[in-house]
Amino acid sequence: MGLTKQSTGHNALKEMFQVKSDSPYDFIVALAGNPNTGKSTVFNQLTGLNQHTGNWPGKTVTNAQGNFTYKDKKFILVDLPGTYSLFAGSAEEETARDFICFGKPSAVVVVADATCLERNLNLVLQIMEITDKVILCVNLMDEANRKKIDIDLSLLSRKLGVPVVGTSARSGQGLEKLRETIYKTAHGEIQPAPVKLEYSREIEKAIEELTYTIEAAAGISINSRWTALRLLDGDPAIQKSINDFLGFSLIENKEIAQKLNKARLMLKENNMNTDSVKDQLVYTIVRKAEELAEETVTFHNKDYNQMDRKIDNILTSKAFGFPIMLGLLGVIFWLTVQGANYPSEVLAGVFAFIERKLTDFFLSTGAPDWIYGILVQGMYKTLAWVVSVMLPPMAIFFPLFTLLEDLGYLPRVAFNLDNFFKRACAHGKQALTMCMGFGCNAAGVIACRIIDSPRERLIAIITNNFVPCNGRFPILITLSAIFIAGSGLFSSFFAVLVVLGVIVFGVLMTLFLSKLLSKTILKGMPSSFTLELPPYRKPQAGRIIIRSILDRTLFVLGRAVMVAAPAGLVIWIMANISIEGMSLLSRCASLLQPFGNAIGMDGYILMAFILGLPANEIVIPILIMSYMSTGVMMELDSLDALKNLLVNNGWTWLTAVNVMIFTLLHFPCGTTLLTIKKETQSKKWSLVSFLVPTVSGILVCFALTQIVRLAGLV
Amino acid sequence: MNDRLIPLNLLPLGQFGRVRRLSAGGSKRRRLLDLGLIQGTQVEALCKSPSGDPTAYQIRGAVIALRSEEASCIMMEALKEE
Repeated sequence: MGLTKQSTGHNALKEMFQVKSDSPYDFIVALAGNPNTGKSTVFNQLTGLNQHTGNWPGKTVTNAQGNFTYKDKKFILVDLPGTYSLFAGSAEEETARDFICFGKPSAVVVVADATCLERNLNLVLQIMEITDKVILCVNLMDEANRKKIDIDLSLLSRKLGVPVVGTSARSGQGLEKLRETIYKTAHGEIQPAPVKLEYSREIEKAIEELTYTIEAAAGISINSRWTALRLLDGDPAIQKSINDFLGFSLIENKEIAQKLNKARLMLKENNMNTDSVKDQLVYTIVRKAEELAEETVTFHNKDYNQMDRKIDNILTSKAFGFPIMLGLLGVIFWLTVQGANYPSEVLAGVFAFIERKLTDFFLSTGAPDWIYGILVQGMYKTLAWVVSVMLPPMAIFFPLFTLLEDLGYLPRVAFNLDNFFKRACAHGKQALTMCMGFGCNAAGVIACRIIDSPRERLIAIITNNFVPCNGRFPILITLSAIFIAGSGLFSSFFAVLVVLGVIVFGVLMTLFLSKLLSKTILKGMPSSFTLELPPYRKPQAGRIIIRSILDRTLFVLGRAVMVAAPAGLVIWIMANISIEGMSLLSRCASLLQPFGNAIGMDGYILMAFILGLPANEIVIPILIMSYMSTGVMMELDSLDALKNLLVNNGWTWLTAVNVMIFTLLHFPCGTTLLTIKKETQSKKWSLVSFLVPTVSGILVCFALTQIVRLAGLV
Repeated sequence: MNDRLIPLNLLPLGQFGRVRRLSAGGSKRRRLLDLGLIQGTQVEALCKSPSGDPTAYQIRGAVIALRSEEASCIMMEALKEE
């Protein structure tokens, strides 16, 4: 959810080969595995890099790199996207496969889930066909233990012919052994000899026909048996990658083409076409995985996942599924609103104290007024507002949200909502990218990489802005607290209800616009989709707090602070430079006034949104500064003071509602727009992403305002 | 054993079935096979999304949600509860 320190380029393949390193390294190690096996935790433990991990499939949406040193050797670790297979054709699978095939890693560590080993062995066997240097890391041994699942690791190692290390990465168990195994394998001290999968006699004969010819043409830079298999199953995408790597087209090589034809004819005589060859290749691997699992895994408790099923039956039930979803979100918001009040006040107090000291300092040095104005009234005050208003809610919201993520609840949200997305002709995983958007829309846009279909991915990117990110929550919460909730015992309860309502409205807009896009500029049908519901896992409180505070809170806050200071400067200047007796700010606002009025707001509000483009967090501070004639934020020690200020500037409940709607429905912030540009590699789609929410916001506010005014309600 | 096959999406919740064949082709077929849905694989229908679709199935130790479009391509032989 927080933007982590990952590369965010578009062409993953190109990126993959540019292994970044600031100093010489000795070995490149690839980290592969199914989604949701704790791969990112293994990565973090090995490298110490703060890559965020969550309990839902496909979390590693882009490859991360890190390094570690072991026995004076430097290792570069490349975290490949989590995939179930190397052949089903998604972009992530291609990335992983191409790196294993062509990135020439010194070792490939495949991380597998101990509680679900059979399914994970499918990928392990596929990778073992490409390279010998495979290490199997059976992770989540602690979870398996809890579920009374026993795995005979040494037998598994003998059966597979590769080293097997059991780990519980979350607690760091087994990682020392993993490091050592990686070291020895990369060094050649351990030489894995993966068991070869035996196919039917006909296929083996066809492979044999091709292998020597391929070796003669391509040398040993590529595994010829594996290449022969890929020619036989006739997957054009893989063949293209192979051709790109080799620098020539395999099937245009006369001898290979000849042999391939011969092999195909032979197979045809045995009633096998490319489809049945493909089927048989998969069958063999799945059967082998089944056999290995049967031999090495013992379930002491047959009902090991009964608890998960019971929880699922409640969390996804017709009666409770949706209420629980909204309830959980509501509880999170309520805790955020309630819990943030006090620390916000304390922080504001501290900042006010510092400000008095700063003022004294400037007075004592006799600095000119404008320097004091720019630095203290402009930059410092905006900064102080952003920190004191944003830090406490984020420090509460992010850990709570991370907790849900860690437990494994988010895939259930996607499961519950999928049918709506299907009807909107969108991808089921869009619900997951939407959840990411709650934290930060830029992160949500990057997460859209988990969607294979380019059409559905664009829809998810364009509509991601319809869920309010953490920068926009404070606006919603503050306004609903002031104008709608009123005061009294239940005020925060009402405020939360209103914010929930806004979110539901955002989700409805997402579905409506996804449908609209699917019927107009992004025509198409929903693509096939499978979603894994991973086992629930015991969250680790300490890790959650560290990760959510370091990775998310401080990152988002840091960005806001970077923007707030210069924005404060610009506003102060605009408010204090006058042309013909009217400040620059007022001039711009008066230009926007007629339009603002038509959609139920005013020129200053629109100015605030426009100036808030770099980060939505600063919309409210800009607005407050604008309303003060001097362009200085006054001491707003209570929400009442803010309410008075807004009401004195002509706000009604309709203005508040419109601002809340416009907060939800307007152009994405600068960072998100740049991310969209990067992700889509297209100016056109970036523009569409800008226009779609903005135009919908203007239309909704206009319609609402006109109706309310006609009805004479304000 | 009877020969009446039903598509997976019609397998009642809580019931077991065994995969007999897939009627999908191309990448969809590949994706289903990669889930381990080869002939003879036992599948249990677990629960349905409150919005009506998809349905979650227990497949080789993992819980996978499939939309009815995908599940309807998987022809099953229904099994008595074990």
